[in-house]
Amino acid sequence: MAKTSSWIPHIEAFVDSTRPPNQQNASLDAIVSLVKNDLLTIETLVKEMGLYLTTTDNVIRARGILLLADLLTCLATKPLDHATIHSLIGFFTERLADWQALHGALVGCLALLRRKSTAGVVIDSDAKALVQSYLQNIQVQSLAKDDRKLCFEMLECLLDRYPATVATLGDDLIYGICEAIDGEKDPECLMVMFHLVEVLAQLFPDPSGPLAGFAEEVFDVLGRYFPIHFTHPINNEYGVKRDDLSRALMLAFSSTPLFEPFAIPLLLEKLSSSLPAAKVDSLKYLSNCLVKYGADKVEKHAKAIWSSLKDAICTSSSQDPIFSIVSQKQDGIGFQENEIAKEALVCLQKFILQDDVLVLSLILGDEEIETILSSVTSIKRYNDIPKESKQKLHAVGCMLSISAKVSTPCCNKVFQKFFCRLMDILGISTESSSRGISDGTHELSEELNFGALYLCIELLDACRCSVMGSKEHSPQPVSAEETWCCLITDFSGPLTGALHYILGTSMNGNTSEADIHCGVKGLQILATFPGGSLPISKSIFESILTIFVSVISDSREDTLLWRLTLNALKEVGIFIDELHDSEKVLSFMTIVVEKVISLISLSESSMPLPLRLEAISVVGAAGQNFMLRAIQVLEEAISENFFYASVDGNLKSAEILVPLLECYSNKVLPWFHNSGDFEDVAFRFAVSIWNQVESNKTFNIGVQRKELLGEMMTAMRLAVAGCSEDIQGLIVQKAYSVLASSTFFPLKDVFSVPAKLEELQLTKVVDSLSCRDEWLISLFASVIIALRPRTPLVNVRVILKLFTIVLLKGHVPAAQALGSITNKLPLNINSVEVSSACTLEEAMDVIFNMGLQSASDSGPSRKGSAMDGGDVGLIDFCLNVGNSSLTQTNAVVGLAWIGKGLLMRGHEKLKDVVMILLRCLLLTGSVSPLPLQQDMLGECKEQDMHPTVIRSAADAFDVLLSDSNVCLNKRFHATIKPLYKQHFFYTMMPILLSSIKDSDSSTTRSMLYRAFGHVISNTPLAAVVTEAKRVIFALLDALPMLSLDVRDKDLTYSLLLVLSGIIMDESGREAVTENAHIIINRLIGLISYRQMMLVRETAIQCLVAVSGLPHTRIYPMRTQVLQAISKALDDPKRIVRQEAGRCRQAWVSIASGSTGANIRYCQGSSSFLNGTARPGLNQDYNSETSL
Amino acid sequence: MVSGLINANPVVYERKERRIRDPVAHADEFPYKWYMHADIKDPEHPYSLEELKVVTEDAVEVDDKHSHVRVTFTPTVEHCSMATVIGLCLRVKLMRSLPSRYKVDIKVAPGTHATEAAVNKQLNDKERVAAALENPNLVEMVDQCLTPTYA
Repeated sequence: MAKTSSWIPHIEAFVDSTRPPNQQNASLDAIVSLVKNDLLTIETLVKEMGLYLTTTDNVIRARGILLLADLLTCLATKPLDHATIHSLIGFFTERLADWQALHGALVGCLALLRRKSTAGVVIDSDAKALVQSYLQNIQVQSLAKDDRKLCFEMLECLLDRYPATVATLGDDLIYGICEAIDGEKDPECLMVMFHLVEVLAQLFPDPSGPLAGFAEEVFDVLGRYFPIHFTHPINNEYGVKRDDLSRALMLAFSSTPLFEPFAIPLLLEKLSSSLPAAKVDSLKYLSNCLVKYGADKVEKHAKAIWSSLKDAICTSSSQDPIFSIVSQKQDGIGFQENEIAKEALVCLQKFILQDDVLVLSLILGDEEIETILSSVTSIKRYNDIPKESKQKLHAVGCMLSISAKVSTPCCNKVFQKFFCRLMDILGISTESSSRGISDGTHELSEELNFGALYLCIELLDACRCSVMGSKEHSPQPVSAEETWCCLITDFSGPLTGALHYILGTSMNGNTSEADIHCGVKGLQILATFPGGSLPISKSIFESILTIFVSVISDSREDTLLWRLTLNALKEVGIFIDELHDSEKVLSFMTIVVEKVISLISLSESSMPLPLRLEAISVVGAAGQNFMLRAIQVLEEAISENFFYASVDGNLKSAEILVPLLECYSNKVLPWFHNSGDFEDVAFRFAVSIWNQVESNKTFNIGVQRKELLGEMMTAMRLAVAGCSEDIQGLIVQKAYSVLASSTFFPLKDVFSVPAKLEELQLTKVVDSLSCRDEWLISLFASVIIALRPRTPLVNVRVILKLFTIVLLKGHVPAAQALGSITNKLPLNINSVEVSSACTLEEAMDVIFNMGLQSASDSGPSRKGSAMDGGDVGLIDFCLNVGNSSLTQTNAVVGLAWIGKGLLMRGHEKLKDVVMILLRCLLLTGSVSPLPLQQDMLGECKEQDMHPTVIRSAADAFDVLLSDSNVCLNKRFHATIKPLYKQHFFYTMMPILLSSIKDSDSSTTRSMLYRAFGHVISNTPLAAVVTEAKRVIFALLDALPMLSLDVRDKDLTYSLLLVLSGIIMDESGREAVTENAHIIINRLIGLISYRQMMLVRETAIQCLVAVSGLPHTRIYPMRTQVLQAISKALDDPKRIVRQEAGRCRQAWVSIASGSTGANIRYCQGSSSFLNGTARPGLNQDYNSETSL
Repeated sequence: MVSGLINANPVVYERKERRIRDPVAHADEFPYKWYMHADIKDPEHPYSLEELKVVTEDAVEVDDKHSHVRVTFTPTVEHCSMATVIGLCLRVKLMRSLPSRYKVDIKVAPGTHATEAAVNKQLNDKERVAAALENPNLVEMVDQCLTPTYA
């Protein structure tokens, strides 16, 4: 036991209301821990506290009781014995009468009531005493908000935990609760209170019980809150949203059937209100209440409910039935109306579910529906129907389809009543069936009635939905006896004929879009009816497919009909594929797939190739079997055309091949990626291409070869990238063997006889690669780019050398492949592995020093350089001024890609690469080099680099940092070190900045700025902003320098975006404020940037942002800005003018002293009028204006 | 001055749906006729001038070739003392949004205001407009009316 003296001070601290709150909390914690660890019993504590709990000083007594209550709240899990709980609850119950110290008592009661049964709970008799004391003593509505909430929570807890005990109080309890909740307004309390009513209703379910007498009063209190009107902003401090409140109230409404006589009239009344939100709420409540109250209670309101629902649906369903067919999405305007219609339909469905006989008789016997039907069907053409009638038609369609969807008997009734009639109006009879189908035309001489057609299709759709059931259930078996089934079986033939007629006439172009939608949708529904040959026979199914296919293959252009039909075919395909109906799958395969894929080989088809390809890919996408068949044909077509294109130089084949490959890599490969079987397909493709390349020695592709090669490389990359390591290994081996066996390049000779280099070097500069060589190398590079890091590579050294040589000829894919290899090669390997394997170190050695004796005399003299001297490698090509500038440029580009590979994996060799690039940049004239490069530069010839080389060195930084979608990304399995860009940024920035500072030639400096621009525009903004202070000067100098050259406009724009990012960011604010003057000058300069509208627009937006800086900083610039802006007001582009207007307003208002730019004007207050009413009296107001 | 609102219960009309102009097709189309007036707030009510049908799209005439703009507005009630303020708002808005080469004429629609001539004269008098803009209270009021147009 702890000594009394050790914890008494804590009590004193807590009770003393002058102490700071944290001290009070600390003392409470101290006492809690004492009791928890059994160093102090509650009895002792209470005894010692005695006076604090009973003193006549209200404040101290309240604090004392609160201490005890808080203590109990903290001890919720500590077991207490029965006697303690009994005496404590007795104490608190008694204290409820003490209004001055009520808060503590409420907290205490609640803490005790909420205890878990394992830790000791309040017994029933005590609970009862508590309720009695509560009902007698507490006037809830006169208390503060927190206490009210506690009261409600306590009642809720009592009702939850002691239902039997509390129920014995009967009327008193209900009366007390009524009184307590009457007039409550706080949202948090309301949440508890609504739940309280719900629990109360569950407590007295008896229709003749105590609640029955009070139902009206309780509902009277409750009903006032409906509909919930809650205007607090979304992130209010309560954390209570309107939806929460509304849901809680809804549960309270529907908690007991006793509310029915009051609730339903109220809801129906509010349903006719003009507030959309109230309507939606009423409908939600109504559907919930209908379910909860039960059929017999609702019966007497049925008529009223039906007519209200009908009104709601008719007035608020979307205007145009066509839109609902085309797509579910609606534009924003009709949104709320649609919400109402949607809720109304949900409600109608629940209503029918409750009592289908009664409600259906109401619906089917409704006169209004009858009138609408006869009025709409009296007009034939869609375009002639007035807008209101369209809306009504849509509403009727929705109502009928909802009723038919509910259950099979309902479906039967609706069909019986309407279907035959609609068929009659359409002029379709069962007799015409045989003729209608067989000759493919319909005997109808005139157009079909749109209204009837629309309703008929809605009915069919509903019927199909009701048979399909929900997604989880398998479709119900269809029985032939059902009325709907008989009707559909009877009419399916003639109906198909009629719909075919619509599609047929629309091919001639004289049918409205609405009819086309209906026609295609109708056929699609008929084709996707579940259940074998019932109700749709096989012959009809097949004839529908034939109709669709003929539409697809006869079309010459991309029309609405064509799109819709293709989509319908896809849906049908997906449906039967999921159903595993082998018979229908077979029909689909023979009728649709075979026909569509035969389109591809038709060279003389009038249909454009992209359309044919789209048809194939879409139809194929419906199912695995279909796609496998489609790809077979596609592959054949590709290889055939490739053959003709490459051997005969057939231009036409080459032309065809491009879209074929596009389709293959954009549609087919991704599909297989998602559905499996990718590897087989991709492997087959890659190998077949390589086989063709191998067998074909005379490559002869003409004009289109660049585009074709590009597509082929993309397809190859994508195919290889998706494969596993093993398959990739096979493909690489295949590719390598083709490459090695080729005659064009004596691979081995080159590498074993070094002397040839010079020769090589000379020729390669002059000639470009021959066509076949280029294809070989490019395809091989594509394979290499797409490899996974673990895929074994054969003869890495040879490959590396080959690529290095080729890249010097300006072959970018080779450079990218090199980058990929350096990115993915392992750092070290086990000695056991294949001898041809190679580590990154070795690879870098190979690349940089190719082991070729150089003929150039600079070779031996460079022994001391960072790389091993004596040999000629990539670096020498970059720096050796003796070479032609073209070779140098190519070498720099290659180096950039290799550097990118290294950078992304975070390898230290990157430093060498960057140093070489910097050397290229700094090598103009007699520049004093950086100390870091002193040794490298020392022996270099002091000759000028060619400007293009320098430029490419600057652009190399763009290659290094920007994301490429061709190689070195996630898709092609690059090794990516997290935050590599940020790291590079932090290391490069000081070097670049100091070089800029030291350089005195303007060319060098402008190139350094280019490099700098590339680096910061590609680094994530967050990193740049943290360095804003250091970067901003260079950034501001770079902008005018770069804006001089038109070729740099994109870079200028991205730099401007960086600047705007810094301006907008909080942490960049300081740097911006300090340099406001320069920034504004630069921005003004860019306002008149002729070459790019985006630059002008962004510059003006930045100026707007700058106007938010402290006045003292920007005020001096004001005239200048306004002058510049007034020119921008006459800008040829509208967006710029608009921004200029905004900017001008912002700058004008900083001067006028008004806060126009910053104040969000609060709508609804018009008090500012008073100021203007008597302008003379407020003269002292303009102190700021006279600035 | 009157203490209450001059037109306490104005008729509010629906906003005309903005023609969404294809930014590419119409990018160079001069002038930007309408968008800038539509959102000017009424000095008395929390509605825009468009919603009160004080200004309509048809009431703005622009002659780009001769750099001339003419706006005709219709006060909600005949004796509306806010007419000058509305006119001032329109003028300030145009002054700030248009290049300086434009001449702007603002007129009350004939027959819709009790002191039509006086208002017209006041609004098209350079000196008076300049003087009005020296008055901080007026400027503040105008700015508040114009704020929504920049939102």
